[in-house]
Amino acid sequence: MTSSRLLYRAPTRIALLLLALASQVISGCAMQPPQAFEKGNLAKREMTLGSDPLEDAFNQHVYFSKEAASGGTGVGGGGCGCN
Amino acid sequence: MIWPLSLSRRGRAARLVAVAVFAALASHAALAVAVGDDAPALSLGGPQGSISLAAARSKGEWTYLDFWASWCGPCKQSFPWMNDMHAKYGNKGLRIIAVSVDTRSADADRFLASNPASFAIAYDTTGDTPRRYGVKAMPTSMLIDPSGRVVLIHAGFKPDDRSALEDAIKTAMSRTPK
Repeated sequence: MTSSRLLYRAPTRIALLLLALASQVISGCAMQPPQAFEKGNLAKREMTLGSDPLEDAFNQHVYFSKEAASGGTGVGGGGCGCN
Repeated sequence: MIWPLSLSRRGRAARLVAVAVFAALASHAALAVAVGDDAPALSLGGPQGSISLAAARSKGEWTYLDFWASWCGPCKQSFPWMNDMHAKYGNKGLRIIAVSVDTRSADADRFLASNPASFAIAYDTTGDTPRRYGVKAMPTSMLIDPSGRVVLIHAGFKPDDRSALEDAIKTAMSRTPK
């Protein structure tokens, strides 16, 4: 392969590489989220972001009162159907 | 940056990607059991032995099927109520089957030690049964008539739901004679 042909082909190869990498990232969004009955690990105490459950509850109360949106901080309300 | 593909090829590629993503998502969508559907077959093991829907059906009994987990707070609240229902309607042809969806049955046993159940318990550590029933919330309960048809589906559990749910069960059981 001559150097000129190599140069000509390089962008195609880079683009294919990028496409392959992008497909890996895109498929991340197509992953099946855990079902309601598969949230055992998410419900664990150590999976919460805060350190104090009471403080988290207060923060969530302020949050959903102001934002009219709740859930997504743990297993409750985030698909648990129990808020 | 020089894009190596022509516009039409890019369009075709985008369409292909969109179709692939759509197909992947569509294949994952679980079909949930709806009111009026036949309840899928259920045969599981439990601490009191094997539990099956067919056994309840052969006796002409109604089944209150509940999906619960040791990590689910509302499920814990539902247990005393289900004990109540078992005491009230157990001898009137209502059989309560509570299926634990815990991946380790030891977790379910630990829960049962502090939340005793007078009704039938079954383990499904694989998640196969809730998947076939299309459980979308925890807990989810269904009332199944003696012919095996789902007549009531209740998602979640709040202490406020207790009387309404009991009334719904009572009404359903009185409407269709055993």
